[in-house]
Amino acid sequence: MTENTERLVPTPGQTIGPFYGYALPYEGGEFLVPLSHPNAVRLQGTVYDGHGATIPDAMLEIWQADENGRVSKEPGSLKRDGYTFTGFGRVAVDNAGHYDFTTVNPGPTEAGKAPFILMTVFGRGLLNRLFTRIYLPEDTEALGNDPLLSSLSEEERSTLIAQRLEDGSLRFDVHLQGEHETVFLSYRGLE
Amino acid sequence: MTVENDDTFEPLYAKGADDAKDTQAQLIDEMARISTQHEASGTVENQPRLDYAPYRSSILRHPTKDPRHTDPETIELHAPAFGQRDVHSLESDLTIQDGGEPIGERIRISGRIVDGSGRPVRNQLVEIWQANAAGRYIHKRDQHPAPIDPNFTGVGRCLTGDDGSYSFVTIKPGPYPWKNHLNAWRPAHVHFSLFGTDFTQRMITQMYFPGDPLFALDPIYQSIVDPKARDRLVATYDHDLSEHEWLLGYRWDIVLSGSNRTWTEDDSND
Repeated sequence: MTENTERLVPTPGQTIGPFYGYALPYEGGEFLVPLSHPNAVRLQGTVYDGHGATIPDAMLEIWQADENGRVSKEPGSLKRDGYTFTGFGRVAVDNAGHYDFTTVNPGPTEAGKAPFILMTVFGRGLLNRLFTRIYLPEDTEALGNDPLLSSLSEEERSTLIAQRLEDGSLRFDVHLQGEHETVFLSYRGLE
Repeated sequence: MTVENDDTFEPLYAKGADDAKDTQAQLIDEMARISTQHEASGTVENQPRLDYAPYRSSILRHPTKDPRHTDPETIELHAPAFGQRDVHSLESDLTIQDGGEPIGERIRISGRIVDGSGRPVRNQLVEIWQANAAGRYIHKRDQHPAPIDPNFTGVGRCLTGDDGSYSFVTIKPGPYPWKNHLNAWRPAHVHFSLFGTDFTQRMITQMYFPGDPLFALDPIYQSIVDPKARDRLVATYDHDLSEHEWLLGYRWDIVLSGSNRTWTEDDSND
């Protein structure tokens, strides 16, 4: 296929608004694997605004590789069968701004790479979606070699690395603004 | 009477979505000032500003730091797959979902979804949601005193075709009031949720209808400060899409931000 060098101007985004709740979240959206999966991991956290208040009307999506670092090409995220790992999850935060996903620890997509979960944040009051990465905390050598993390200050870096709690779950809070503002991402060639 | 439309949650800050104290004239002034500054700057802005104070709810919900540029990694160069199992073909007709016929102006919205290089986004999920003809959402927090239509959920889904095309049959949504400021009304719109070939193309936006008198008054629409850019969210009436004694047609094409993936023969054939 010949690469077309002409770039079209992208359509602008807009806020998800307040009334997506009956339209986008779906049953099983937060379960990338069932609770009964032997390696099921809870990914949890809270979404905060610039005053540190919790945001009750945000929606989060995650997209990740499986435990072996393989990227799923399987459909079925919207109608889960309980067996197929599709790599995609969606959840609306609750009234306290809290979210839960049930998933597995992603493996590195290439040897030596730091494994991470990609997260997209939508919300009322947020005029366009935001991207961020949730790095697993364990492989410190890979984290040390990660090009993105290496370009950040220690404080910024800590906003992207999930905390492993005693029960094995991952904690990752999202701060849209303020002292602990999460590092959000843009991609070359994309806006 | 206070219109309890936007939210039931108490904000902790002085100037919030629930205050609705400012007048439309004040809002127009604020928006005009930003617009003048933008014109003087001579810069091109194709996306909404995240920091756009006339949309009051954005004040504490926009990052203050610029996003960090990074090279996409493998997972970011792929997107989830959706298929027949996820989406039933009848879900693209919002007028047949609850037995009876919904009330309002029956319309079709059709278009194509392409990436920044013009390549069609094939077999990918499109989700829409909208208010009914009276401007009311089926959402427990929408308290706008307009009738709920028992035959209309306002929710639809489809998968794009091989040429990136999508098509929905629905009812033209009504404008509705919200609490950003006094007598604030959103122009009629349909929310669109879109996936591309790369997850970095993921986007949610709103499609508007041509000639809406509320465009100049609406801070969400005006948060895209470049008039040419915000005009990309407005569908065009297309008489070729209209059907004899049945419905009116609107066309709206969508360009996702460019794909960073190096495409292979495999990609174009799978």
